[in-house]
Amino acid sequence: MSQLSVNHLLGIKYINKQDIDLIFETADHFKEVINRSIKKVPTLRDITIANIFFENSTRTRLSFELAEKRLSADVVNFSAGQSSVKKGETLIDTVNNILSMKVDMVVMRHPNPGAGIFLSKHVNASIINAGDGAHEHPTQALLDSYSIREKLGDVKGKNVVIVGDILHSRVALSNIFALRLQGANVKVCGPKTLIPKYIESLGVGVETNLVKALEWCHVANMLRVQNERMDISYFPSTREYTQQFGINKKLLDSINKDIIIMHPGPINRGVEITSDVADSDQSVILNQVENGVAIRMAVIYLLASKIK
Amino acid sequence: MGQRVLLSSKEIHIILHRLACQLLERHLDFSKTVLIGIQPRGTFLAERLTEILQKDYGVKQVKLGLLDITFYRDDFRRGDKTLEANKTKIDFLVEDKKVVFIDDVLYTGRSIRAALTAIQSFGRPDEIELLTLIDRRFSRHLPIQPNYRGRQVDAINGERVKVMWKENDGEDTVYLISE
Repeated sequence: MSQLSVNHLLGIKYINKQDIDLIFETADHFKEVINRSIKKVPTLRDITIANIFFENSTRTRLSFELAEKRLSADVVNFSAGQSSVKKGETLIDTVNNILSMKVDMVVMRHPNPGAGIFLSKHVNASIINAGDGAHEHPTQALLDSYSIREKLGDVKGKNVVIVGDILHSRVALSNIFALRLQGANVKVCGPKTLIPKYIESLGVGVETNLVKALEWCHVANMLRVQNERMDISYFPSTREYTQQFGINKKLLDSINKDIIIMHPGPINRGVEITSDVADSDQSVILNQVENGVAIRMAVIYLLASKIK
Repeated sequence: MGQRVLLSSKEIHIILHRLACQLLERHLDFSKTVLIGIQPRGTFLAERLTEILQKDYGVKQVKLGLLDITFYRDDFRRGDKTLEANKTKIDFLVEDKKVVFIDDVLYTGRSIRAALTAIQSFGRPDEIELLTLIDRRFSRHLPIQPNYRGRQVDAINGERVKVMWKENDGEDTVYLISE
């Protein structure tokens, strides 16, 4: 076992535990590389990667671009905002045009769930899903688990609560798949309106009381309320949401143990998490960002080695 | 498939001491010298030599690093398998140092080519030397030769040289294996 079972990374649902272990082991080596004074290796000098973003992003896009450049790949960037997509070009046409310029790998973010899967069936390139609507965001879930492994030694047997807007969150779904695959216990916590109806069928518990959830867990992953994906009102007001599901220093100190606080970003300070918690010693938010580059280097390296 | 012993445990013992003495002759107190074991198989030899230098020859401090060359190799995507990386552990700068690469077998020279590129990430060394236990003559793809060699071997391309170490493989022996 020394290669991935898949040719694309479309979601955590499509990979197995061995794949995750291989990605983490490879990421360990890349983490050492990016902490050198010269952070670059020549491995992918004959690979070209297109970053295609049909949706806004800062962290993920920068992280992918840095990962690609540190592996010495050639990188082309594409944003839907400034492109011919606005003139009515279809997704397959857009990507095939990019691929005819001899591109080997595509990193894509798209607002429609399943866009990556669709693309992988129609074009001849390795696809990495960088977020498809409310479906999956696999590299985020991998870097979250990797950060837990780094802090706690192992993911297996740990209690992880995902707090917030579960309904609209691709981070939540990918995290649930990844954590369950590695043997963690997972609960989701949030307003009933923002928790999908049959979420228990994925093997996770539901808790609507944040204090109880925090007392149970080793790790709390705080999600952002995705206002841009909400067409109706799911809770009365932001203020009420914060009172019930926001985490602050007083609440954190009242829990009788040191839990780890994670957040995939971007943070809405004062809504789901207060600044004193986000900047506290218990928060690993910036470690997550650093690990993101190492994880993406590992995923790109492992997928690129399968391109023939 | 046959195999024959190229070096016995006793011969390896003698050769390691000779190589340690040769290093000592040239580098004296090792104040400006660092040893770099090439992952994965060069590290055993590097650790052995370090131990001999410190215990038997009283060198106070020998700086030892382990260098993984996976991401610098020139055969990425050319085989069927993904190349698996090993740990790199160099917790010093090689800037202005005399670097000695240590590997068990010198064959085509491609690993050493990769190591020459990889070491640049850790600074600009004053000079780089190469020490190998086995030097397979007549099989080089690149103009690379060792400065210190344990034993020179004439082996044809179908043959394989396998170095076993007590701490990893249970015995100190070098085999020549023919397919």
